[in-house]
Amino acid sequence: MSIAMPTPDPRIIARGPQIVAALRAVLPPDAVIDDPQETRAYECDALTAYRCPPLAVVLPRTTAEVAATMKICGQMGVPVVPRGAGTSLAGGALPTADCVILGTMRLRDVLQIDTDNRFIRVQTGVTNLSVSAELEPYGFFYAPDPSSQLACTIAGNIAMNSGGAHCLKYGVTTNNLLGATVVLTTGEVVELGGPELGPAGLDLLGVLCGSEGQLGVVTEATLRILPRPEGARPVLIGFGSPEVAGECVANIIRSGVLPVAIEYMDEPCLRAVEAFAKAGYPDCPAVLIVEVEGSRAEIDDQIARIRAIADALNPVEFRESRNADEALAIWKGRKSAFGAMGRLGDYICLDGTVPVGQLPYTLRRIGELSRQHGLEVANVFHAGDGNMHPLILFNANKPGDLARAEAFGADILRLCVEVGGCLTGEHGVGVEKRDLMSDQYAPEDLAIQMQVKDVFDPQWLLNPAKVFPLDASAAHRGMAAE
Amino acid sequence: MNVASDLAPMTEAELSEILSDHHARRAPLRIMGGGTRAENRVAGEALSLSRLSGVVTYSPGEMTLIARPGTPLPEIEEMLAAEGQALAFEPPDMGAVLGGNGTPTLGGTVAANASGPRRLLAGACRDHLLGVRFVDGRGRVMKNGGRVMKNVTGLDLSKLLAGSYGTLAVLTEVVLKTLPLLPARTTLSFLGVTEDIALRIFTTALSTPFEVSGAAHVGGTVYLRIEGLEGQLAYRRDRLLALLADHRPEVLDDAPWQAIRDVAHFAGGGPLWRILCKPSDAPGLCDGLRAMGGDCSLDWGGGLIWYRGPGNPRALAPHATLVRREGAEGPAFPPLPPAVARLQDGLRRSFDPAGILNPGLMDA
Repeated sequence: MSIAMPTPDPRIIARGPQIVAALRAVLPPDAVIDDPQETRAYECDALTAYRCPPLAVVLPRTTAEVAATMKICGQMGVPVVPRGAGTSLAGGALPTADCVILGTMRLRDVLQIDTDNRFIRVQTGVTNLSVSAELEPYGFFYAPDPSSQLACTIAGNIAMNSGGAHCLKYGVTTNNLLGATVVLTTGEVVELGGPELGPAGLDLLGVLCGSEGQLGVVTEATLRILPRPEGARPVLIGFGSPEVAGECVANIIRSGVLPVAIEYMDEPCLRAVEAFAKAGYPDCPAVLIVEVEGSRAEIDDQIARIRAIADALNPVEFRESRNADEALAIWKGRKSAFGAMGRLGDYICLDGTVPVGQLPYTLRRIGELSRQHGLEVANVFHAGDGNMHPLILFNANKPGDLARAEAFGADILRLCVEVGGCLTGEHGVGVEKRDLMSDQYAPEDLAIQMQVKDVFDPQWLLNPAKVFPLDASAAHRGMAAE
Repeated sequence: MNVASDLAPMTEAELSEILSDHHARRAPLRIMGGGTRAENRVAGEALSLSRLSGVVTYSPGEMTLIARPGTPLPEIEEMLAAEGQALAFEPPDMGAVLGGNGTPTLGGTVAANASGPRRLLAGACRDHLLGVRFVDGRGRVMKNGGRVMKNVTGLDLSKLLAGSYGTLAVLTEVVLKTLPLLPARTTLSFLGVTEDIALRIFTTALSTPFEVSGAAHVGGTVYLRIEGLEGQLAYRRDRLLALLADHRPEVLDDAPWQAIRDVAHFAGGGPLWRILCKPSDAPGLCDGLRAMGGDCSLDWGGGLIWYRGPGNPRALAPHATLVRREGAEGPAFPPLPPAVARLQDGLRRSFDPAGILNPGLMDA
């Protein structure tokens, strides 16, 4: 394990029973868990290489219960790690032995659907997919659609500013979040934003979204909803080289057609997907899936334009879907890509983002790095916005393999920064990329971010060992300890 | 309006020196963009950003623009249009409304998070802001975000700076997403309708998937704008015409969207308020506002009311900002709950401990 966590505070652990008793005194009996058999279920999120059972787990059902929890933890100086569904690939919900996990999964109510004013208000433990399911009878949907949408919660989406395949057109969480009920570390409850299209003062909601549980705990959210498109249709385009596929992406974007999604898969990924899902993808070095929306005629028109762009680049195959089944078949391989890769072994999934024009160079360099590190990598990602997802394959049972995979991953992320991109496009920094933050940001850039955290969380109790390199945050966390 | 100023840095380093000097002396500064506002709301030495101007990089294929804050907006718009692109949030030129004779700048647009009618569909300026470079009130040079479409690396301070009116930091570079300008557009108009009817038209049109990119009510007329590829446009227009036939729509090839964007109908003539509300509340609010003695118009499908006239609209609608004072009393920005005000004050002290950046401009 190469990512260090701070030494848990023995004084807090020693006070464990008092802390649990204080929480039990104000919360329903089933809301506080401290049995080590049960807290073990919360020892990690989807970054499973790192585990640590928390001191206790609190599962509130209301904003008032969250506020009571935060107030007690604030008064007793106990770190709080907020947790949605635990699907973070970056270790955003990784506990420390001296922390309370605050899970939002029982905050499950849909509070209001207002199609006239085009918003939905929910408690944040509802899953991403269930929000759109609630809206379906009304002909509306909620746009951000992370791959984990069946499981992940709105709380986690807000904390990580989640994206998804369709954000090329509709934006990510921050572009679709109108308001939030936020519990601060003092236990105070504040409303930021609302159904209106803008803040009353500074855009605090904008800085809260994507803050990885560092500033406050969001218990309710007002989300922008959109009318469902009349239809959507994907096409699949196979290319003889990654470079030409990259060129096709840039040409589509320049043309004025704005697809809802442009997804990319490379040869290793295609091989794994074919073996697993038998999606019938062409045997070639690179595949794009491009989806457009609209009426039948509108879709035909857009696909004709995309076809003209692709044909100029001499594709191996241009496959249109003539019906819903064929459309599903085109998406089938892409949607099962992560599962297919999982069959090949353990993997690390990165999500660095690069300027679209740098995609061909970045892919070539990743190939070179793969040979240097002696580990295979597959690429499957949101090409339209340059959000890459290199999957590095390794064997967790082989000593040293994880460390090698992490070193390879770090090289890829540094490459992303080098070509003008960033460490993470949608997964978040968490612990996984924490120590690489100094590659993207100068000390002053991190200092001002940590000063913003000081304002919201002066004691540094909320998810304190994440996002900022430990040496950079030591002084801030030190203040908290005193 | 005279934009000439003794303080007009040409580089980020010069700006940093000025700010650290003023920080040390606790000497307040009034930060000047293009000079579109005639009213001076800040007591401080003028700091002009007119020389921190120019495009750093424009990559149409990557849909990104990097430019310095003093760059005039028309220059940007012309450059983007030549590539068939635009800033989708439709930045307004508020000069006529604010009484200044200057040209709007990119930095001023970001600092005010200024967004036009297409905000309804495409989002606000802050939604298109990918990254910033800035100098804080101590003179520290910093950056946040970057130049890629998706970025969740660290806290998103770009959002915080957009709409902070220069009270937290001085921008030195902004990175904005550019989008293809849709080739065809048309407008449906509905003459002589009340706000009640306007709202019904908005609700119907905005519940369709036809991507209405403007929904305004000015001078008793509703305007609905649709944009798209040539093939899309006729289809969308005809579907909307059929859906809204009861309200007797007309098709306008040349609708006054620029005037609506710039609120030209309320240039001069008394205090001007910008009110954000739930669209369904708009007709009732407009009745109440008119009873106070002024006029109203609607944008953003009813989510934005412009009110020109006497009185204090906050009695009816708390989310009201005084855009043009012309003698009106009281704070310009909506009052905040104590806990939120405390957070804002804390942020201001972090960015600008000596309180030298546009002090008091946001009433804090």
